[in-house]
Amino acid sequence: MTFRIGPRTNQIIAYSILLLMTLITVVVLFFIIGYVFKNGIGQLSLEFLTDKTRDMGKEGGILPSILGTFFVTIFAIIIATPLGVGSAVYLVEYTKGGLIHRIISFGADCLAGVPSIIFGLFGFIFFVIKLNLGWSIISGGLTLAVMIIPTIIRTTEEAIKAVPHSFREISYSLGGGKLDTILKVVLPTSLPGILTGVILGIGRAVGETAAVIFTAGSSLGIPTSAFSSTRTLAVHFYILAREGISMPKAYATATVLIIIILLVNFIAYRLMHRFMAKYY
Amino acid sequence: MKDKIAEKLLLFIAFSAILSLLLITFFIFQQGIPLIFKVGLSNFFSTHWAPTRGNFGILSMIIGSLMVTAGALVVGIPFGLACAIFLAEFSSPPIQKTLKPIIELLAGIPSVVYGFIGIVILVPFIREHFGGPGFSVLAASIILGIMILPTIVSISYDALLAVPNTYREGSYAVGATKWQTVVMLLLPAARSGIVAGIILGMGRAIGETMAVIMIAGNALKIPHSMLDSVRTLTSTLALELGYATGDHRAALFACGSFLFLIIILLNIIAIKITGRK
Repeated sequence: MTFRIGPRTNQIIAYSILLLMTLITVVVLFFIIGYVFKNGIGQLSLEFLTDKTRDMGKEGGILPSILGTFFVTIFAIIIATPLGVGSAVYLVEYTKGGLIHRIISFGADCLAGVPSIIFGLFGFIFFVIKLNLGWSIISGGLTLAVMIIPTIIRTTEEAIKAVPHSFREISYSLGGGKLDTILKVVLPTSLPGILTGVILGIGRAVGETAAVIFTAGSSLGIPTSAFSSTRTLAVHFYILAREGISMPKAYATATVLIIIILLVNFIAYRLMHRFMAKYY
Repeated sequence: MKDKIAEKLLLFIAFSAILSLLLITFFIFQQGIPLIFKVGLSNFFSTHWAPTRGNFGILSMIIGSLMVTAGALVVGIPFGLACAIFLAEFSSPPIQKTLKPIIELLAGIPSVVYGFIGIVILVPFIREHFGGPGFSVLAASIILGIMILPTIVSISYDALLAVPNTYREGSYAVGATKWQTVVMLLLPAARSGIVAGIILGMGRAIGETMAVIMIAGNALKIPHSMLDSVRTLTSTLALELGYATGDHRAALFACGSFLFLIIILLNIIAIKITGRK
């Protein structure tokens, strides 16, 4: 006689396994964040955040890296936002499927899948060497901009699509042209969604290492101009950890990084959620 | 008039992504491909990498990349699919709303943090319990597996949600359990999306750099077991780009061209699969 498991029992077993695996995934996430916080949060102080880095990072704080991260990211966002939002507007409002739509979409999807080390190689040869911008905030910012364009395009596209069609029709019926409708109706309505894309882009830029280490460099000085080489937080953390310079400082820097990432994701999630709840 | 100018300007802007892609392709190939022709394919695809002495073989790194990627998929696919199925079919909306952003947060954690966790926890654990240096194919596979989870989960989840509800209703109507419905109807129906998710996850694993450098050991030889140290294509790029000059730098770009080609191919396959429906 063969022992046969009934479909109900089977269902319960399957459910338990799925639940267990999902829980493991969630636990891994909390473990990673918790472990870094446990070892790093005690090292944090106002002094650590506002002091210069001394002795390669063994002593002092992370002010240069905070400033470097800030400038590189802002630069990337300033370049990528108009390009990303413009692309999305064109995709949704001006193309009705067709070849151009497919080419642009393909470009965005493909670019989104390119690994950061390739952006690093490209930024190094194009911005740093060919355009002679050197290891600088500009080179790092431009490289990151190229990297986050797809994120902004995709999120903005979703947001613009969510704007009810009636909004546009009302604008047209009042005599508004296409551009007026986009500027005065479509973009303001989809602003929270667009911001979500920009914020997610900030998150990617802040956490990035491979693309910035070869374009912004790893100088520990306080940046004085857009042409200064700088070491972002992620790069600083990488060097501290990999070269074993100082574990306490590495944990502290990682904690700052993770706090920024958590904040960014939380804000992006809340914004998108509110926006979608309103129009979907 | 104003509208016409705006349309032209937007069209121009809209080509920024594809233009960037073309620029990247051009510059990486232009820097790398000539070297492959100069030294020949047999040199380029050999296992001997000593770029300052004229040996540009990347085969052991290709094998290294393939090994850690395969390992990452072994970890990432079951967990990724399990999370996607659990979220899409077995959980109530409030649980979905809580779990999905949590799993997506895994994608937001910087790769250097994953590498760091690898160094301080996983590598010592492997060294003590399984032997070897700890910096290994195994360590890289596990960390990469976790890193590609969000990609697999979110794309598979969307694919499952896209299956029409009539499938589920019909299946329950004939007395099937939820699990039977998932296995016999929903997974086959969502197959193309799931495969696309796995392919994109594979692309992420092959392309991941910083986490791998930190935990794979980077020894320049073909690994013989999961506990051996391994050097991937991406690690070579990141480790040597900082100081390489002349043919050495060109060789790194050749290596990058090869990597880029694989990634673009994977992307195109994934885009084709998802676009078919």
